[in-house]
Amino acid sequence: MNELTAWERIELIRHKNRPTVHDYIPMIFDEFYEMHGDRCFGDDAAILGGVGKISGIPVTILGQVKGRDLEENRRTNFACPHPEGYRKALRLAKQAEKFHRPVICFIDTPGAFCGVAAEERGQGEAIARNLLEFSRLKTPILSIVLGEGGSGGALALGVCDALAMLQNAVYSVISPRGCASILWKDASKEKEAAERLRMTAEDLVGFGVCDTIIPEPPGGAHTDPQQAAENIADYILETLPVFMQKGVANLLEARYNKFRKIGEFEENSTK
Amino acid sequence: MLQDLFKVVKSRLDYDSTNAAPVKSNIPSDLLFKCPRCQNVMFMDDYKAGLKVCSACSYHSRISARERLDITVDKGSFVEYDADLISKNPLDFDGYPEKIAQAQEATGLKDAIITGECTIRTRKCVIGIMDSRFMMASMGSVVGEKIARAFERAIEKRLPVVLFTASGGARMQEGILSLMQMAKTSAAVARHSDAGLLYITVLTDPTTGGVTASFASLGDIIIAEPKVLIGFAGRRVIEDTIKQRLPDDFQSAEFLLEHGFVDMIVSRVNMRRTISKLLKLHLSATEEPSHE
Repeated sequence: MNELTAWERIELIRHKNRPTVHDYIPMIFDEFYEMHGDRCFGDDAAILGGVGKISGIPVTILGQVKGRDLEENRRTNFACPHPEGYRKALRLAKQAEKFHRPVICFIDTPGAFCGVAAEERGQGEAIARNLLEFSRLKTPILSIVLGEGGSGGALALGVCDALAMLQNAVYSVISPRGCASILWKDASKEKEAAERLRMTAEDLVGFGVCDTIIPEPPGGAHTDPQQAAENIADYILETLPVFMQKGVANLLEARYNKFRKIGEFEENSTK
Repeated sequence: MLQDLFKVVKSRLDYDSTNAAPVKSNIPSDLLFKCPRCQNVMFMDDYKAGLKVCSACSYHSRISARERLDITVDKGSFVEYDADLISKNPLDFDGYPEKIAQAQEATGLKDAIITGECTIRTRKCVIGIMDSRFMMASMGSVVGEKIARAFERAIEKRLPVVLFTASGGARMQEGILSLMQMAKTSAAVARHSDAGLLYITVLTDPTTGGVTASFASLGDIIIAEPKVLIGFAGRRVIEDTIKQRLPDDFQSAEFLLEHGFVDMIVSRVNMRRTISKLLKLHLSATEEPSHE
């Protein structure tokens, strides 16, 4: 169904006209009110959060923000969040829990920001805290990878009841560039690394990580953003009620098991 | 003392030349130990008797999981969990099985962590110890599974968990599966915490990447050994981003303490005692029958 190689998809999702979360929100949701700040340190433009409605259902929306131009990218660090971005996301997720609103996370990041300030403010702790808290958040969570799912920085919005990926999206433990430079001491071999890492939506369905692939218009989401948005909205409206009908105990048990069963190993029980 | 002589030579070298070519001494490596941080030289016997801590700068060297076990738990008390879990090659990643085989050969371990049950000065707990010699203790499916099972058993038996962390991060060769171990282990920590049980993490050299960004940062009490490296992003990655050299203490245990991410720094000599005291202090959490 998708003939593109992993590398071709990476080129496609890096296309300058690829719709971002800012493009999608007005097309998918009836209302949206953005909320700012982590109440601790500041407001990180790399993660957007707020409340809105889809077909009359109130939801909390979280997402990583790729810039549509250089100016926006400067503000959002090319969608690489700082710890305060993850803490804002957690604050709004807890708010969603309080008001029994589902949370919808849009993942689109090369990874968490790597810098001095990010380390000083505990990038590792911020991501870890989100993994722990989202795993027991008493309200449904849907995560959708719009383009790039880069490592722990993506996973911090990826502990969910159902994970969907746009058809050309990728999701990986490390960037192909990082992988190539570690493995072969040669970052220019990133194309080869991209194929090795098995990071496409189909790969992730195969590994039991991704639950649903959301189709993109022919040629990619940027050729018809409205169509891509409709496909995302259809997916949300089909999926959300399934989880909203579940009791909290069942919801959390299923979420735990979703991640608990991921992994491949051999167990030699003869000994 | 001999070590002082070496110090003098070293400071002269630093003074009159920038060529910091390490003094390739002809010292038999089994007689003397040279600290990789401050270049201090110690007699190997003294170094080992001092639990492999540098006497000059108090850098706590990396030690194997077995060594850690020996200096931490009561003799004969350790019962290992899941000793037979072995990595597969889910991505058919070239060279991965060979790397695993080499690491197994070199360390005598099946993968980068040992877990089990033990007593520490008579206090019962579940323990996990990562071994940086095994592919830099990167977390793949086996490490994630062993940690999740350790927490689940601790919940069943109402025991505290003590984890000694060390890791370069996620195990790239297992791709997305290794990333998902971060979620799996963190969810297991959440359940253990919800059961009202104590979780102590001891951060040892080096604790970085996906392990810092999951279970290592989630202890009720977070202890670090002196001078060890703890961080999320690699130092070189950050230096490449900001085009500047970072100060030496960046991402050290002391740096984390200063910024509020570590509860205490405890020297190796006092570690066993400190952990046992903390376990004792939380005994009621363990012994309280669950309200079923």
